Amino acid sequence: MQFIRPVLHSQVCTSARPSARQFLQKLGKSCSFSLNSSSTRLYSTEFFPINDELYGLTDEQKQLRQTIFQFCQKELAPKAQQIDAENDFKDIKKFWRQCGELGLLGVTAPTEYGGLGASYLDHAIVMEEMSRACAAVALSYGAHSNLCVNQIVRHGTDEQKSRYLPKLISGEWIGALAMSEPNAGSDVVSMTMRADKQSDGSYVLNGSKFWITNGPDADVIVVYAKTKPEAGAHGITTFLVERDSPGFSCSRKLDKLGMRGSNTGELVFDGVRVPADRVMGRLDGGVYVLMSGLDIERLLLSAGPLGIMQAACDTAFQYAHIRKAFGQSIGQFQLLQGKMADMYCRLTSGRCYVYSVARALAQGSRQPMDCAGVILKCAEDATQSALDAIQILGGNGYINEYPAGRLLRDAKLYEIGAGTSEVRRLVIGRAINNIYKS
Amino acid sequence: YIHIINKADMAASKGLKILVGCKRVIDYAVKVRVKPDRSGVVTEGVKHSMNPFDEIAVEEAVRMKEKKLAGEAVAISVGPPQSQETLRTALAMGIDRAIHVEIPLAQLEKLQPIHVSKLLAKVCESEKPDLVILGKQAIDDDCNQTGQMLAALLDWPQATFASKIEPSQDSKQLRVTREVDGGLETIDVSVPAVVTSDLRLNEPRYATLPNIMKAKKKPLAKMSPDQLGVDLQPRQEVISVEDPPVRKAGAKVESVEDLVGKLREKGLVK
Repeated sequence: MQFIRPVLHSQVCTSARPSARQFLQKLGKSCSFSLNSSSTRLYSTEFFPINDELYGLTDEQKQLRQTIFQFCQKELAPKAQQIDAENDFKDIKKFWRQCGELGLLGVTAPTEYGGLGASYLDHAIVMEEMSRACAAVALSYGAHSNLCVNQIVRHGTDEQKSRYLPKLISGEWIGALAMSEPNAGSDVVSMTMRADKQSDGSYVLNGSKFWITNGPDADVIVVYAKTKPEAGAHGITTFLVERDSPGFSCSRKLDKLGMRGSNTGELVFDGVRVPADRVMGRLDGGVYVLMSGLDIERLLLSAGPLGIMQAACDTAFQYAHIRKAFGQSIGQFQLLQGKMADMYCRLTSGRCYVYSVARALAQGSRQPMDCAGVILKCAEDATQSALDAIQILGGNGYINEYPAGRLLRDAKLYEIGAGTSEVRRLVIGRAINNIYKS
Repeated sequence: YIHIINKADMAASKGLKILVGCKRVIDYAVKVRVKPDRSGVVTEGVKHSMNPFDEIAVEEAVRMKEKKLAGEAVAISVGPPQSQETLRTALAMGIDRAIHVEIPLAQLEKLQPIHVSKLLAKVCESEKPDLVILGKQAIDDDCNQTGQMLAALLDWPQATFASKIEPSQDSKQLRVTREVDGGLETIDVSVPAVVTSDLRLNEPRYATLPNIMKAKKKPLAKMSPDQLGVDLQPRQEVISVEDPPVRKAGAKVESVEDLVGKLREKGLVK
């Protein structure tokens, strides 16, 4: 007779599941006599399964998801709570190296620079699974791999790519992108940072940037500044600035509501000299780099709230089936069934939207309307799903030992960064107006 | 009786040919449910993955290739059509090619280590590996038999519960460190040999996307038990499968006297 022992957690496991290795260790120390040790086996469905059949993913993409899932659940998820509590990801350099080894920091970068030469959809899958494990670190990852690396891939000269991409992709360097200023967020083209041309052809940057993800840690930053302030939006130029440039500093790390662990900073440029060959793209043509970059950024980052919604389902659905009240598991009560159904539909429809736009983008079709639409939808849905997760966990959802509160605080960022929900609605509305313009 | 094949120094040769066994099992993180008819556990629609000890075996084979101890690593899986996914994972970790011995669904539930070891032995006859690495046991049945049976069928030396595999001092054999109850035992085995992997042998790598894509092009051959001439008649009959009894609450004792008293009550101590 075979005995299998399901052993339920006596309380819902709030930290990530034990990895396969820990599981094997529980099977029986160092001893070969593991015949008796299946008694300590842990069984639980800690993850709400993803039906990859729905999304038309290739076999490689399904395997990619599996790999990133295992990697992030082992290396990142166990630290997520601590990272949030400390507002710092101490092991970021080590984690960046590990990502570098797996090629994750340059998913869309050409292989000649160490990248994977893969598609936006592959990148989105990586972003989603990382966000599921720890949304804050995933945000830093997205800023590095898409906002910085991908912009250099798209607009850098061969010399700039050779100089910056290999170390950014190996994980030796951390990248960032700086466009927003203390007085220019939604109205980013009204930025006041100046880039004054010098007699030797170089530029001197003066001003400050605000809310910059990875700002405190970045080695390389894509910076937008006005080379021709009187030309407004058409006087912006893109620069590549290195951390050790004299006059450059990160004046402070911001203390945020959520995404704690994704270091966000205020960057000060006090007479920072940038050589002429660090201009990226056309002089005064930065607005094109900025705006087209924003579209791709929105698509890629929309996988962030997707991961949060998945994490919300992972946590809440399991809890609902373990927690008992009035003689049965609470997940069987109709009001909670309804909540879980809503969470499921938001997640699944969001995934369909993200993957569709990613595929279209990969094939060269970039529609600002859909890039804005996808992050608008996913961000607001993620906030709602996180609220639902807290509600399902009830009193426990309100305690920081459980991840639901962090999911909400992290989700809210996505309604603001990369263009607020309001701006996204404007973009879509105006695009629709354009269709009917006579 | 130790079967020695007169091989040149391992360092000088083209490297060992390694055969690695991979079993598709219910994923360790899944909550296993017993079927209502108590004939087994529910496997339909349940997440499956490679047996964790087999992942360690695959990793060891790939590392031996990287160290140039091995020249070719072949993965083999005995199981249903879905075992191909398990083999693809092995290929993505760095295995060169794969063999799938497909078992029809009807016979799958009654498959026992005795059958698997016979199938593997037959494959060894044609593939002629120098080393077979298997996971020490599968996490679904915990049998811990296939490796040992295979070695016996082939009349090869075996080194089970390996936590380290390296060339012996004279490079003519393999030195394997085994995890046993008393601690660690180190033995030298001649090749060809069967080794089973234990937890501390290594930490398996993650399959990278480029390797996942390369794996698609690697050869995957299919075989059937009939082709190999192995009879899959079950030797055992599972009478029933049940959940273990719910663990009863214990009792707290205040003092040593209390404890001894309770042990006496239960007749465990005179």
